[in-house]
Amino acid sequence: MRFRSFSLRCLVVLAATFAVVAVDAQPLIGIGERDPLESSRWRDMQRQFFRDAQVVFDPRVRVSAPAVAEDPLAVPVAVDASALPEVEEILVFADFNPILKVLSFHPGAARPNLGFRIKLQQSSPVRAAARTRDGVWRVGGTWVNTTGGGCTLPSTGSGSPEWQERLNEVSGRIWPRVDGGERVRLMVIHPMDTGLAPGIPAFYIEDLVLADGAGNELARVESFEPVSENPVFTFDLPPGAGSADALRVGGRDNNGNPIDGRVTR
Amino acid sequence: MICRAPTCDEAQGATHAGTNGRANVWRRSTPGRATHAGTNGHLSGFRRLPRPSPHRHAAALLLAVLIVACTLLGRPVHASQFDYGLEPRRIAEGVYVLIGATEDFSFANGGDIVNTGFIVGATGVIVIDTGPSRRYGEQMLAAIARVTEQPVVLTLNTHHHPDHFLGNQAFPPETLAALPGTIRGIETEGEAFSANMYRLNGDWMRGTEVFVPRQRVEPGRRTIAGRDIELLALGGHTDADLVVIDHATGTVFASDLLFHGRAPTTPHADIPRWLDSLDRLESLKNVQRWVPGHGELTEDTAPIAQTRAWLEWLTATIRDGAEAGLDMPELLATPIPERFFELELAESEFRRSVVHLFPAAEQAALAAGGVRSR
Repeated sequence: MRFRSFSLRCLVVLAATFAVVAVDAQPLIGIGERDPLESSRWRDMQRQFFRDAQVVFDPRVRVSAPAVAEDPLAVPVAVDASALPEVEEILVFADFNPILKVLSFHPGAARPNLGFRIKLQQSSPVRAAARTRDGVWRVGGTWVNTTGGGCTLPSTGSGSPEWQERLNEVSGRIWPRVDGGERVRLMVIHPMDTGLAPGIPAFYIEDLVLADGAGNELARVESFEPVSENPVFTFDLPPGAGSADALRVGGRDNNGNPIDGRVTR
Repeated sequence: MICRAPTCDEAQGATHAGTNGRANVWRRSTPGRATHAGTNGHLSGFRRLPRPSPHRHAAALLLAVLIVACTLLGRPVHASQFDYGLEPRRIAEGVYVLIGATEDFSFANGGDIVNTGFIVGATGVIVIDTGPSRRYGEQMLAAIARVTEQPVVLTLNTHHHPDHFLGNQAFPPETLAALPGTIRGIETEGEAFSANMYRLNGDWMRGTEVFVPRQRVEPGRRTIAGRDIELLALGGHTDADLVVIDHATGTVFASDLLFHGRAPTTPHADIPRWLDSLDRLESLKNVQRWVPGHGELTEDTAPIAQTRAWLEWLTATIRDGAEAGLDMPELLATPIPERFFELELAESEFRRSVVHLFPAAEQAALAAGGVRSR
């Protein structure tokens, strides 16, 4: 039985390979560089996010996410562009989400890698585009398959008065890393409503800043509706980036509610 | 609209709709869901390529033919006839089991990934779980009729996961019974499970509807249909897990508290409670054989040890990962220890369980950090 089942899978994979070859035989018009994820939306993404800027696919921009999402409301994603020099911004988007843009990360003094969770409405490539100092966008990504529906469901928090009392509450912790740097993980209580659930307007954190104890900005995340409810972010700081005593977390949501917390060591 | 990759499995519906109560999103009425069930999720990649061409049609046709061919070759059952090929196995005097595949739900297996059973007494038949679909329930009832002329007098659902109750429709409604927590679970999440099962198993599910048991069972020992039966109300795999003991033969139907040769599923799990339930099972006297919810039956306690080892490793891995500051993608990359290689679906169940269990561990870890808000 087990052998048969295995052979079945092999045959399906074989069949899928045939089909891919057949599809690939078509000319792909007007794409300078072929999308490694073969998404029919790539040209639209290129037009929308990069316009005349130079864009290349670059395996050094690594996006880790499960091939199959167990929960379309919280798909774990890690972006790592630390193999690139001088990364100024990392843009994250999902080709087939009703709201494409997930977040824009300005690593500043932090390493150019970030962990977070997103909502997916349907199976989609999840991509990260890292802009290096030369102005070139370098794009990596991965397909995530999901049952979907993550963007049109009401958040748990939208229906709970308790959530409103805890709105923008920050929890977080700092871990020393073997390289002498630090890892910072933060959670902010927020419904992150997409505006796509009937009767519930978009309500989400727009801006999250990690700063040192003196208030100097270390890294910044501009987030959008597809970031999961009660967002959790993972930052990595190189040795000496933070100040000795504490880190500050600031920001606001799109209704102007401030975020203000201190994470001590 | 969406095809999930073929790593769907036991109580898969539980996760999406169940744990957060978002019940009516994946309704079976949604066009295209059921049709795509069982195909590979990566197909969604081509589905969206622009302008279908003859190439694509040819490719799709080739793919369809090969999938059908593989399905027919790969299974002893004939999907075209929707025959599960149920053959009750007599494991003790009057005690029968139907052992399902240790696989994920799929069109190829029609959802027959679960163990069901029945006990024939002097005056009737006790049924333990009804399988994943109406067709399964009907074929199970027919299989029972080949063994005995006695009527079904009690039909138990051991818990509220879809592969254990979606065959209810085939059995006399007044015989359907479950623990109160199971009844509640079927009432609140049954429809969402059902919809998801249509998506995963395709037309095997045709005509399947949710039938909620009306009879609440109480734990305890009593004579049912002339058999000396004891019911244990335990929990941990779900809120309510029913264990059925046939004392005359020393047979324990352990529900999904025991998995054997297949990694346990955790969408509704309370692991400390589950481990307590395993202790309780291990303390049972005079057990001759164990029927796990998934996997081959045994005469020894191997399924208890196996389930416990997995749950303990899972808990420790997730807790330690959260405490060490790992994020989910890093934890998901944890290799499965060699001692679990013998478990089917270990990789995919680990990945699912991280999604189920990590957020709580993570909140505990973050709460231990030094934070002042506002």
